[in-house]
Amino acid sequence: MASSLYAPNLEDYLPTESDSPPQEPTTSLNLRDLLDISPVLTQAAGAIVDDSFTRCFKSNSPEPWNWNIYLFPLWCLGVVIRYGLLFPLRALTLLLGWLAFFAAFFPVHFLMKGKSKLKRKIERKLVEMMCSVFVASWTGVIKYHGPRPSSRPYQVFVANHTSMIDFIILEQMTAFAVIMQKHPGWVGFIQKTILESVGCIWFNRNDHNDREVVGRKLRDHVQHPDNNPLLIFPEGTCVNNQYTVMFKKGAFELGSAVCPIAIKYNKIFVDAFWNSKKQSFTKHLGRLMTSWAVVCDVWFLEPQYLREGETSIEFTERVRDIIAARAGLKKVPWDGYLKHNRPSPKHTEEKQRMFAESVLRRLEEN
Amino acid sequence: MGNASSMLTQYDIEEVQEHCGYLFSQQEIVSLYERFCQLDRSAKGFVSEDEFLSIPEFSTNPLSQRLLRMVDGLNFKDFVSFLSTFSARASLQQKIELIFKVHDIDGKGKVTFKDLVEVLRDLTGSSMSEQQREIIDHPGLKMEVEVPID
Repeated sequence: MASSLYAPNLEDYLPTESDSPPQEPTTSLNLRDLLDISPVLTQAAGAIVDDSFTRCFKSNSPEPWNWNIYLFPLWCLGVVIRYGLLFPLRALTLLLGWLAFFAAFFPVHFLMKGKSKLKRKIERKLVEMMCSVFVASWTGVIKYHGPRPSSRPYQVFVANHTSMIDFIILEQMTAFAVIMQKHPGWVGFIQKTILESVGCIWFNRNDHNDREVVGRKLRDHVQHPDNNPLLIFPEGTCVNNQYTVMFKKGAFELGSAVCPIAIKYNKIFVDAFWNSKKQSFTKHLGRLMTSWAVVCDVWFLEPQYLREGETSIEFTERVRDIIAARAGLKKVPWDGYLKHNRPSPKHTEEKQRMFAESVLRRLEEN
Repeated sequence: MGNASSMLTQYDIEEVQEHCGYLFSQQEIVSLYERFCQLDRSAKGFVSEDEFLSIPEFSTNPLSQRLLRMVDGLNFKDFVSFLSTFSARASLQQKIELIFKVHDIDGKGKVTFKDLVEVLRDLTGSSMSEQQREIIDHPGLKMEVEVPID
C-alpha cells in the first residue's frame, strides 16, 4: 500500500474476536448469549475493511518520488528516455527476435519429419533463445541461485507464480515442459504452436473432470526420461509476489521428487504482478517494456521427497513453507481459485456447526 | 492505483467524517476510501453485492446475507457511516441498534420470537434442528438484559 507507512492499521480499531466473552463453563445459557451476535458481525465487518485474500492480488503502485521541482524534470527526462528511446529499441529487438525465431522454427517444425531427437533439440534451443530475447526486451536482470535443473525422470519443479513472465524467465535457462491454462488471442496461438514442441499440458480451470485427466497426463509425463522437466505453478493463479495462496496438491502426488523454485521480483524497478482481471497480457508486457528494468532473483532449491508418514497435504505445505521463506512471501490460507469462484458452502457450514455445538453443549449443561 | 487521497478532497474527508459522527480519524477515512475503491472494481461509486461476496472471509460468514442487505449499494459516505458502528469509539446504543436491525431484517420496528429463531437458523444452519432452535422459548433461559428498543 502506498500510504501504509502513514496510515494506521484499521484492524487495530475493530474489536477483535478475542474481545468477545470466552467460553466460561456457565451453568445457565442466557438469552443474551444468543442475541449477542457481535463477534460474528465484527468478523464480517473486519472482512469488509481488510481481508487477507484480496491483499494477495493488490498491485503495488510505487511511491511517487517526483513531487518536487528538482526531481520532476528528472522524472520527465526519465519518461522521455523510457518511452521514446528504450521502448522502441526493445520493441525492435523483440520484433527481430520473433522474425528470426519463426524463420528458424517453422521450417524445422514442419519440414523435419516426426519426433526425431535432433528436431526436438533444435526446437528446444530455439525456444530458449526466444525467451532470452523476451527477457532482453524488458532488460531483465535475473540472478539465478542454486544448481541448474537437470533433465531426469521422476522429478517436477514447482514455483510461486506472479505473472506469465515467470515461465519465460525460467524457460530461458532450461526448456521446461509446462502445464498451463489455455488463453485466448495471440498468447493462445503461441501456446498451441510453439509450446507444444517443448511439451505442454493443457487444463481448464472450470472443468471439474479435467483434474483427473490432467493428473494422469502429469504422471505419464514424469515417467518418460525423454520429456523435458515439468514445471508446475501450484498456486493456480497469479499472486502479487508478497503473499502465497494455497498450493494445489496435484503436483505433489506424482511419486516424484519435487524441486522448489522461488522467484522474487524487485519492486523498486517494476511491479511484475500480472493482475489478469485488470490488464491483458499485452498491456502487462507494455508496462514491463517501458520501465527501466525487471530485476529478480530465482532460487533453485533442494529437491524434496515425500517423507515417511507424511500426507500429501503436509508435503505440499512443507514445500510452500520452503518457497515462502526463501522468497520472503507471507502465507495465506486461501485457495487461489476463489478469485474466480465463490467459496464452497462447506466453510459456512463448518462455522455454523461450531456455533451450534457450543450452544447445544451449554444447553445440556443446564 | 496511485495516491487515493488525491481523488478525495479535504472537504470530502471532513464531510464524511461529520456524517459518521467523528468516529473515524481523517487518516482512517483515507484508508477506507482506498479499500472502497479496491472493492468497487468498476468505479461505479458503490460496491455491489457481487463485489462484497468476492471477499471469501465475508462470504463464509453466516450472517453475510443480513449484512449484505444493509450494506449493498451504499455510497462511500454511508459505507463509512455503517462501519463506524464497529469502531471502539461508537456508543453502546449505536451497537445495539445495529444488532437490532440485523435481527429485524424486514424493518418492522420490533424483534419477534420468529426473528430470533431465524437469526439462530442463519448461525447454525443444518447443524441444529428446528425443534432445538425453538428451545429459546424455554422458560429456563433467563433474559438478563432488558433493552428499551424504539
